[in-house]
Amino acid sequence: MSASNSGKDESLISKGYDWIDSRFKIDALVEYMSHKVVPLHSHSIFYYLGGITLFLFLIQVASGILLLMYYRPGADSAYESVRFIISEVEFGWLVRAIHSWSANLMVFGAFIHMFTVFFTKAYRAPRELTWFSGIGLLALCMTFGFSGYLLPWNELAFFATRVGTGMAGAVPVIGEQLLIVMRGGEGVTGATIGRFFGLHVAILPAAFTVLLTIHLAAVQRQGMSEPVDWVNKPESEKKYMKFFPHFIYRDALVWLIVLNILALLAVIFPDGIGVVHWPLGEKADLFGVPPAVIRPEWYFMFAFQALKMLPAHVWFLEGELFGIIAFSVGGLLWAMVPFLDRKSVKGKEPKLVMAFGVFVVIFILAMTIVGYLVE
Amino acid sequence: MAKKDSSRRDFISWFLGGGTLATLGAIAYPAMRFINPPESGEANVSQLKLPFGRPEIQAEPSNGKTFKFGRDLGIIVLTEAGDLRAFAATCTHLDCTVQHRPDLGILWCSCHNGRYDLDGGNISGPPPRPLEKYVVNEVGDDIFIKKEEV
Repeated sequence: MSASNSGKDESLISKGYDWIDSRFKIDALVEYMSHKVVPLHSHSIFYYLGGITLFLFLIQVASGILLLMYYRPGADSAYESVRFIISEVEFGWLVRAIHSWSANLMVFGAFIHMFTVFFTKAYRAPRELTWFSGIGLLALCMTFGFSGYLLPWNELAFFATRVGTGMAGAVPVIGEQLLIVMRGGEGVTGATIGRFFGLHVAILPAAFTVLLTIHLAAVQRQGMSEPVDWVNKPESEKKYMKFFPHFIYRDALVWLIVLNILALLAVIFPDGIGVVHWPLGEKADLFGVPPAVIRPEWYFMFAFQALKMLPAHVWFLEGELFGIIAFSVGGLLWAMVPFLDRKSVKGKEPKLVMAFGVFVVIFILAMTIVGYLVE
Repeated sequence: MAKKDSSRRDFISWFLGGGTLATLGAIAYPAMRFINPPESGEANVSQLKLPFGRPEIQAEPSNGKTFKFGRDLGIIVLTEAGDLRAFAATCTHLDCTVQHRPDLGILWCSCHNGRYDLDGGNISGPPPRPLEKYVVNEVGDDIFIKKEEV
């Protein structure tokens, strides 16, 4: 770009900026943002994980909107329209592959993001709200995955949804009613597709947008969390990088790398590979026999396997009910960790909380591996 | 030294700018192709046995009945002379559906008062072209409709 040319660009940009600034007074905001810094230390690489997850979410939105142009919910049309997308529409296979791959990578990214935040104690005060909104976003991600799984209305999705919603039936008192509300009737039928579709493309995106806005606003307002031991570190020894433009450029590069990985995966394995696999297969048959192996998606595997391994009765409780209670208590403890950990704010190691975190990681990994080995 | 710097800068600018454009293109091209729908999800039919016969057409007050013909909509009418004639039912003006007016002896498009004679010719009103005429064969009680070979 020649000097005169860039001069022209700048004047155009600054004119546009002035136009907006004179109306909305954004000068102060820009001034504020320009002071934003990112702490530099041995775990700085974790700061990219939230951005990666956000980027994958944006890809979900874009590819989801494309799929909406051809997808038709309903027992007579859902499967047919997905088959139409992947076999007739140009690049339809690619759009579905991108949507499925980025969904899986997004859930994976969100999990890794959560665990790195946990083990670096970045949830500690004053960032409790960021942690809570993040937990909510992960829950929404998983609900997105669960509701999207049924939409192709194929054999695998049908039975996985029957089992998955069936678990809700084990919830005490309200279980039966909950099951009917989730399925839109007693069984998984075309009515269930309608509900899951509405959830997937309207309710969840709306809820996600609200939580994401809170999450991002909190991060922007409070800045990145600094390591626990920086509390006692002299200012002169702390190193920072400017957010604009240095961190943003690095973020952009990471996003580009993620985009390339995503494109490679989608092109080479459009139906997924291994345990991350979404072949269209046969259409759901309400009167059919389930396939030999029904498995939930990998991020539900640990819960699925743990519930499967429980005996029929634990004390006076039914096994499944006990499992659901245990998971609820565990999840609640996990979500409440900013309140349970009172040490890290003072720069001390919260040993008990970290031990709980290690246990959770080992439990999830072990149950997932066992789930795939035992078939 | 300064000159060397600026040529390096130029190279980087072109490299990054070109790379960005290529990336956006690689995203936009499949997306645009995807939005553009395939020819049709439905096979186009060139011959059809009507799901009704002469008595049903006669029973209509207009002595005419529309039918789905592959991707198109057709109309079959019974003339005063007792002939069966079939046409594409989509008006050539703005895609309304035409109807038989036995009282006027024409095919009439009510949207903009377009008129066609019973050979499909556009005789008055806005329609720019005649209606496509189909070949009608009656075999016993069955009526077969065929597109004319072009």
